[in-house]
Amino acid sequence: MQFFGGAEINPSPPAVTASGNNAHMMYIFNRNGVCLLYREWNRPLHTLNAQQDHKLMFGLLFSLKSLTAKMDPTSVEKVNLGVPQLPGQGCSFHSFRTNTYKLSFMETPSGIKIILVTHPRTGDLRESLKYIYNLYVEYVVKNPLYTPGTPIRYELFNAALDQYVRGLG
Amino acid sequence: MPPIAPRSGDAIFASTERVNAELFTLTYGAVVRQLLTDLEEVDEVNKQLDQMGYNIGIRLIDEFLAKSNVSRCVDFKETAEVIAKVGLKMFLGVTASVTNWDAEGTTCSLVLEDNPLVDFVELPDTCQGLYYCNILSGVIRGSLEMVSMKTEVTWIRDMLRGDDAFELQVKLLKQVPEVYPYKDDE
Repeated sequence: MQFFGGAEINPSPPAVTASGNNAHMMYIFNRNGVCLLYREWNRPLHTLNAQQDHKLMFGLLFSLKSLTAKMDPTSVEKVNLGVPQLPGQGCSFHSFRTNTYKLSFMETPSGIKIILVTHPRTGDLRESLKYIYNLYVEYVVKNPLYTPGTPIRYELFNAALDQYVRGLG
Repeated sequence: MPPIAPRSGDAIFASTERVNAELFTLTYGAVVRQLLTDLEEVDEVNKQLDQMGYNIGIRLIDEFLAKSNVSRCVDFKETAEVIAKVGLKMFLGVTASVTNWDAEGTTCSLVLEDNPLVDFVELPDTCQGLYYCNILSGVIRGSLEMVSMKTEVTWIRDMLRGDDAFELQVKLLKQVPEVYPYKDDE
């Protein structure tokens, strides 16, 4: 028996459709915009330094969320663009696709944001992001040595992520 | 179509790994006992238990969200119901009833008929001011804070003090909006 990191994770990982190295990179942010984790698997081009890159990504998500809420045709309540929202207010997006990559995004009510950038032909990754959230809970949150809000540096978590992401179709 | 959030925590409680209830109760008792020895003042122990609960709560919320599939609650009323029916069941194996709403819908009571923390417990005369289960109020405060709700959690009734149930009052102080964390000129 292991005390943490080894527990079985529910739900079990979504079935993998095809094998391949489709993932480019992944970010995990907390609610304060701290980049808890950045993993890179396949990224030939770097234009910014790491800190600027993280900031840009967080800013993109923040603005895009605000934009999607603004455009929502089903809701009467409209706030002005850029006005802070309560988490859970309005709506949010879960992915967008360009001709060269696809970005999948999940945000939990506790403000953890998980971003996965993959090959443009990847399917719906919402279940996979949920699974990654479960990995985060098992390997990071339950680790007594981890101080919440600080960058994650755990080999075990990285290994589990790498293994899972490698199998994504 | 998002998955439907569970209305009770029974299924999750059944599927997760559990520890023996007596071991749990006795371990918690040992913790409180040790705090009493170390800190000597009952008030200090109350504070410490609350802080420990808070530290647990800010982590527990992620486990709760990951396993329960609960998404967003529309209002504080729903939040209270989810804590009482799903949260407490998942982690403590009991459920509570939500009562005593005030007119604005910001204050309510969680009433626990059954509380596994207090089996075998009797408060001696020297510890009359002790909130033995103060860790629970800390957990609730901590986890709600992580979902942007500042709350105040106080004990109204305590069976160890001769009341007929455990009653926790949860008061919503404010909801914190999400703000852009960086300054423009950084």
